[in-house]
Amino acid sequence: MNEIDLSVNIGSLKLKNPVMLASGTVGYGNEISEFTDLSKIGAIVTKSISLKPRKGNPPQRITETPSGMLNAIGLANVGVEEFITHKIPFLKKINSTLICNIAASSIEEYIECVEILETQETIKGFEINVSCPNVKEGGLIFGNDINAVGRITEKVRAKTNKPIIIKLSPNNSNISDYAEVVKKEGGDAVSAINTLVGTAFDIYSRKPKIKNITGGLSGPAIKPVALAKVLEISRKVDIPIIGIGGIFDWKDAVEFMIVGASAFQIGTVNFVNPRASLEIIEGLKKYCEETSITKISDLIASRII
Amino acid sequence: MFIDDCVVASNTKIAENTFLIGLEVPFSTEKLLPGQFFNIKVSNNSFPLLRRPFSISDVIENRIYFMYKVVGEGTSIISKKVKGETLNLLGPLGNSFNIDDSFSTAIIIGGGIGIAPFPFLIKKLVNKNIQVLFGMRSKSEAHNYGLVNINYSSDDGSIGLHGNVIDLLDVELKNSDETKTKIFACGPNAMFRALQKYLTNKNVLCEASMESAMACGFGICQGCPIEFKNNPSYNLICKDGPVFNIKDIVI
Repeated sequence: MNEIDLSVNIGSLKLKNPVMLASGTVGYGNEISEFTDLSKIGAIVTKSISLKPRKGNPPQRITETPSGMLNAIGLANVGVEEFITHKIPFLKKINSTLICNIAASSIEEYIECVEILETQETIKGFEINVSCPNVKEGGLIFGNDINAVGRITEKVRAKTNKPIIIKLSPNNSNISDYAEVVKKEGGDAVSAINTLVGTAFDIYSRKPKIKNITGGLSGPAIKPVALAKVLEISRKVDIPIIGIGGIFDWKDAVEFMIVGASAFQIGTVNFVNPRASLEIIEGLKKYCEETSITKISDLIASRII
Repeated sequence: MFIDDCVVASNTKIAENTFLIGLEVPFSTEKLLPGQFFNIKVSNNSFPLLRRPFSISDVIENRIYFMYKVVGEGTSIISKKVKGETLNLLGPLGNSFNIDDSFSTAIIIGGGIGIAPFPFLIKKLVNKNIQVLFGMRSKSEAHNYGLVNINYSSDDGSIGLHGNVIDLLDVELKNSDETKTKIFACGPNAMFRALQKYLTNKNVLCEASMESAMACGFGICQGCPIEFKNNPSYNLICKDGPVFNIKDIVI
């Protein structure tokens, strides 16, 4: 049997396979490279970068929930300058496709970040985070404002020819309206979904389990929600979708692609099984063999409803 | 980095709610260092979802031992593991206690299950005077696994000194030469805060092994920040620690 073609396209971005490592779950690549061969993975999305370094939230930042976890890291990151000087050289060496995720507190900051990073050849595309639930400024304020999402897409589009992916929030109704705006303003793709706002309390101290009170829920618990959001976008808007939400193995990944995702990101699973990405690639190959699929892209939105 | 299933060799109760589990590992244990930890997945499914970090309690040939107290779902599952079953280990992770300083007396302070990393440390401390100060709520938590020269303290007075480990330390330091003494401590944050305060004006080295909720254990989730004095950004307990000089950290 011929080698199965695992490659997928996200707008003008060609990935060797649909497996992407989600922003904020692999840092800048160096730690997880001790467990996995990053050159085999479709793409890596960096931890959100902001113009200036961000300290992040005080502890406690995470807590476990049934089949999931809540996090409120608060976009801790080294800032654009340090990212270029100290993180990009490593990311360049590993020979994986690098998507740079950008977070900002204002539209101007998004633009400035893109302007600075645009010249970095190693960066093959931008994922714009308009949906972080854990910071006071930016993040969800934009993610829940359809006009702001449109403006950010439009302004960033004007500054770069590299693929632009807008990471959407599930914390609103009608996610497809947001995807429509992204498409209209020249975005290449959407990622869906970012984490869901959640909380957890200790019943004896009666205090929140994380310092930020609320955090972003991720993990297998959110998979059905994420699938429904991907389906909604896929049915209503003609734009490539990167599915995210609780993918733990190749079966979850196949489900996302059938429902409508052109590629997918794995996040929380990296914490539990840092080799999951390679295991998923192998699982996808086997699935394709078993079901006589020669091109994995044939799976995309192949749902039968 | 090792990540794989390991076979349970033994799992024995050593005190109330406190167990010692031994796991056969397929790699050389010679380079393991006291203070390092493993992140352990206790189930094959998504409940509980995350790994649990446990410091190495002891190493005998190709078996690694972890001392744990049953406090929640994860440790409850571990306590039911019997010989021949498996747990998935990831590690070794983190830095270690520094035993190369010029000290002749090691004072080991363990608060409750915080005593866990010390049997292994004690094995590595050759030609040192060792004094163990083991504090607990009550006598039911007491054991002596891998420990030497133990002074107990208890909150309820049921064993040893009726008080806490800082009271024990105060007595101990009065009989010691501070410049030739090093303290190794592990326990709850309340104990560390009291210890840090007590040591403020003293000239004695003290390393603290800190505990935190963690997801990954190797630096990617950013879930275990610890603040350093005079440093604007956070360090991570998993990657920069778990062992820190107690004078450097904000507890």
